[in-house]
Amino acid sequence: MEDLYRENLLDHYENPRHHGTLEHPDITHEESNPLCGDQIRVDVRLGDDGTRIAEIAFSGDGCIISQASASMLMEEVAGKSVADVQKLDRQDVLDMVGVPLTAARVKCALLGLKVLKAGLYQYLIDHQQP
Amino acid sequence: MVMEKVMTFDVERIREDFPALKSMMHGKPLVYLDSAASSQKPEQVIAAMDQVYRTVYANVHRGVYTNSEVSTELYDQARAKIAHFINASTPEQVIFVRNATEALNLLAYSYGRHFLKEGDEVVLTQLEHHANFVPWLVLAQERGVKLKYIPLASDGTLDLSTLPELLTPRVKLVTFAHVSNVLGTITDPRLIIEPAHAIGARVIVDGCQAAPHMPVDVQELDCDFYAFSGHKMLGPTGIGVLYGKPELLDAMPPFLTGGDMINSVSMEGATWADVPAKFEAGTPAFVQAIGLGAAVDYLTALRMDAVREHERELVRYGLERLSELSGLTLLGPTDPSIRGGALSFTVKGIHPHDLGTLLDREGIAVRTGHHCAQPLHTCLGLTATARASFYIYNEPREVDALAEGIEKAKRVLHK
Repeated sequence: MEDLYRENLLDHYENPRHHGTLEHPDITHEESNPLCGDQIRVDVRLGDDGTRIAEIAFSGDGCIISQASASMLMEEVAGKSVADVQKLDRQDVLDMVGVPLTAARVKCALLGLKVLKAGLYQYLIDHQQP
Repeated sequence: MVMEKVMTFDVERIREDFPALKSMMHGKPLVYLDSAASSQKPEQVIAAMDQVYRTVYANVHRGVYTNSEVSTELYDQARAKIAHFINASTPEQVIFVRNATEALNLLAYSYGRHFLKEGDEVVLTQLEHHANFVPWLVLAQERGVKLKYIPLASDGTLDLSTLPELLTPRVKLVTFAHVSNVLGTITDPRLIIEPAHAIGARVIVDGCQAAPHMPVDVQELDCDFYAFSGHKMLGPTGIGVLYGKPELLDAMPPFLTGGDMINSVSMEGATWADVPAKFEAGTPAFVQAIGLGAAVDYLTALRMDAVREHERELVRYGLERLSELSGLTLLGPTDPSIRGGALSFTVKGIHPHDLGTLLDREGIAVRTGHHCAQPLHTCLGLTATARASFYIYNEPREVDALAEGIEKAKRVLHK
């Protein structure tokens, strides 16, 4: 039992990084997992040229896997280029979490990435040059 | 007398019949506490189906050769066993379906669309499983039928004092769970059936969590329809039962159509076979029905009143043991005499899915989530709960294992 919820994971849950909301974010996106009620909102402020994540914060509610993996993701993407963040995939998040998850729990772990990517995607569509 | 009871209900001996209970999960002996979702299967059921597949297996009905006739005979025998199990007056009142979900859909489509019209009302309850919610929601949207709900009282029982107000002349159908799959609440069906019949409404009982666990007598209940799934009562998946009163089944149009359910077919039209064939289009899951027949034999040998007694004792012990744990909130009635074998609970500061994952590591199988009863969880102000559920093969030591597992999870998560 102890090996599954490692201290690192619990630490992220109990002391989430980049937790809260941003004032005047460029991107705000929120989604929930209706099956278990996990809910995550991500706020992003982009750098002046709009290609880099200057500031990021998440808030939400749910199980340890969903909230801790969102915290890990925030740490990973803060300061990175939008292009690099778009390249992150499922395996990257599962590697961050670092513990084996059953299929049902993988959805919890991926919620943060899903929210972040959906928010970025919508921003890029809205700000496309005609 | 007491001695005889002990002799007939020997859990250690029962466990010997269930091969899957000997399996391990994460290197720990399996503690299976999810029978409300689906039960494990005894050797007798597995063997009954295996035997058919290995010997006389042939498609039922219409075959004139011996094996087809033997398969048909075994299928008919299974129907008779199940009719006897619920005390239906004739085997023909037992319709084989895939599961209770299909039985309830059959009723919403066949009975609902044929007999209900705009402005008619259907009474449900707030604690229904989605299987007894969604088919009626769809009917309501499609036909302008109005749905009304018997509310939940604060003690986890249904507030039946609302019945006189709810049962207006527009109510044509009342449908409810005999036992709640989340709260465990046992509702005495007669308390709803009698007043519903008094205003001329028909009554459906969702017996999914009742038929596997306690004696059910459909004639005594006087319900119009009774639905349950085989896989929750030692039987295989893919087989369930819809019981109905003959005059209603006769008046209802078919649900699925095709082979095996017709009297005759021409280019211009078709006439329907008699009940039950009218509702059993296509090759039926007859091997599974035979398996369910063997399951019913197994339960009958144990005696259903003894099954109920065993589970009531486990629930009593479970309520006592779990209520000792700090931060744990049990849902549903606190009186074991009105509770089926399901204990749902929350633990302060721990999401049920985290709890479920941690218990899994201890070899303990519990279900977490909304248990297909989202409206009920909304009423309770919860998104998800953890549920431990018991059956004939569970023992008090497994309740202890659960309690210890929860305590361990609390320590690991610093709660």
